[in-house]
Amino acid sequence: MSLTLLNVIVAVFIAIAFAALNAAYLVWAERRGAARIQRRPGPNINGPFGLFQPPLDGVKLMAKQLLIPGDVDKILFMVAPVLAMAPAITSFVTIPFSSHIVGHNMHIGILLVFAFASMGGMALLLAGWSSRNKYSVMSSVRAVSQAIAYEIPMLITAITIVMITGTTDLMGIVKAQTGGFWHWNIFPFKAGLFNPLMLMSFLIFFICSLAETNRAPFDLGEAESELVAGFHTEYGSMGFGLFFMGEYANIVIGASLTTILFLGGWDCPFGLFPGVWWFLLKIYLLIATFIWIRWTFPRTTIYGLLNLSWKILIPASLFNLLLTAGLLKVF
Amino acid sequence: MSAPIRIRPDETFTLNVGPQHPATHGVLRVKMEMDGEYIVNAETVIGYIHRMHEKMGELKTYPQFLMNLSRMDYLGALGYSHGHVLLIEKAAGIEVPERAEYIRAITVELNRIASHLFWFGAFVMDLGGFSPLMYALQDREYILDMLEAVTGSRLTYSYYRFGGLYNDVDDDFIAAARRFIPRMRTSMKKYHKLVTGNIIFKKRLEGIAPLSPEIIRKYGATGAVARGSGINFDVRKNEPYSVYPEFDFDIPVFHECDSLARYKVRMAEIEQSLRIIEQGLDKLPGGPIMPEKKKPIKIAPGDYYQAVETARGSFGIRLVSDGGKTPYRLKLRSPTYSNMHLFDESCRGMLIMDALAFMGSLDLVIPEIDR
Repeated sequence: MSLTLLNVIVAVFIAIAFAALNAAYLVWAERRGAARIQRRPGPNINGPFGLFQPPLDGVKLMAKQLLIPGDVDKILFMVAPVLAMAPAITSFVTIPFSSHIVGHNMHIGILLVFAFASMGGMALLLAGWSSRNKYSVMSSVRAVSQAIAYEIPMLITAITIVMITGTTDLMGIVKAQTGGFWHWNIFPFKAGLFNPLMLMSFLIFFICSLAETNRAPFDLGEAESELVAGFHTEYGSMGFGLFFMGEYANIVIGASLTTILFLGGWDCPFGLFPGVWWFLLKIYLLIATFIWIRWTFPRTTIYGLLNLSWKILIPASLFNLLLTAGLLKVF
Repeated sequence: MSAPIRIRPDETFTLNVGPQHPATHGVLRVKMEMDGEYIVNAETVIGYIHRMHEKMGELKTYPQFLMNLSRMDYLGALGYSHGHVLLIEKAAGIEVPERAEYIRAITVELNRIASHLFWFGAFVMDLGGFSPLMYALQDREYILDMLEAVTGSRLTYSYYRFGGLYNDVDDDFIAAARRFIPRMRTSMKKYHKLVTGNIIFKKRLEGIAPLSPEIIRKYGATGAVARGSGINFDVRKNEPYSVYPEFDFDIPVFHECDSLARYKVRMAEIEQSLRIIEQGLDKLPGGPIMPEKKKPIKIAPGDYYQAVETARGSFGIRLVSDGGKTPYRLKLRSPTYSNMHLFDESCRGMLIMDALAFMGSLDLVIPEIDR
């Protein structure tokens, strides 16, 4: 028992380090990527390729005064950024990076990740509500309706996967997909399951993870041309920094979950040398797509976003759930 | 999207958009009465950057006032200077050499393209797309470099003089302008691929903020705002001035009346401006750029008016002279002032997102409203 506890504590520390490092360097990657897309250099002064920029930004954020506006609800105002960051980091504990590298494997791993992911919406709500800023309140209302709308198709798609693999254990889900890319859940040629709609399910899940992490084109919560900075308008210093890191940690979680559920986790596409490198390659490719989409598309509207979820994604994912159930019964 | 059901009609709140807000592109304040995300009522408040240009016009002599016009609209400054010099030349009876008029037309059209490019980038940024701004600024930079070489400045040009120009264009400018035309046409194809065809972009603009021709006439809106609502009015065609009758170009008019139509008008205008520049460079005559002998400006008592088509619409300048060194009254009719005021009436019942996209489609330059 005590060994398990020690394991978890070590895993949490590693997860924090991993999340913080990812958050810092994904900001760098995003800025360099955006700069490449926009034909400008991006951060390139501090260190080789500007690689010292993230730690310096961190120092700058921490050195700034933590300003709390007079009228805010102080407790909630301070809790909100922590709530944005902590669940995202905790989710890392259950994510299997390879067959050996996992903080603590649980039989209900997938449920745990979703439970922590939905706490992120709570953070946005609290931040907006406690800020006493009209823009922030509008933003948090948007964020909550968005979170509700996109968690449903995401969960339905996850249930489809659980039905196919027959387990809620993240490691088990990956193990069910081993042996080359034709065994992955995204492709329909798997033995015993010929479901042509799995690619659609993958797209649904990918769109939902974009929306869930408040990324463009679904960044309605911080739509700066209308709502200034949305829910974090009143935050400065490390309060803002935590929201920022939480966002990037959530991106990594979203990409990891997509990889585990659809792209075979650490499995090699050709059945050779399975290992953590394949997992990392897959999640960073997905993250690069996130960045690419953000700097290409304009923002959707809030009604367009809700219509997309309730009128297209939820019926489509439900249909696929029923189809999969039927196919599993037949074969 | 249908109109909201008002559960508690009395429960609205006031939202101050501006004077410092990313969407207003300057110090414009919009006082919005909101019902959730819907606008019940909006009131634009202007005057935060009022600089008394009209009063300065009454106090300064005619040549002294020249540079003020380029400070009205910092994105399309040459169009405003053009109106001013045309008016004084008409009032004082100054002959302008033909070469000077051609160069004026070429530079004004270049400036119009630069202004539309900046608007294009800023408008897409209002909709949340960042990258097109950088592309548009790169093309605009090319124009600014060209204009800098001949006018001496990059933004607030004071290039035109009564009777001609401050500086003649050289072969470098002409070569650069010739290189620019195919380059800009290639860029336009890219913009249409990247932005105009984008499904999110279309969905955000199609059918949003319809402006009927009646409301356009009621507020006296001009420029792309009017032409996006099916009103075929362009001063360059309707009341020709300068050498515009010599050029073969079209006035793009769209009848959809929505934000997308206003976008399309401006994008089509860039192509028409390129045509004018092309013809202007071909036809560019030789000769002087200023009249042979300079005479002091003397304007007989009377009432004079000159309208020009700037990047934002019809700019009118009215001069009442009592025969003195300074005007008795100088009235500037800025196009954005009229274009902006239809926002109050048109945005009622709209979502704040759509309203701010609509405001972007009006192409507001606040210093030009407040002048």
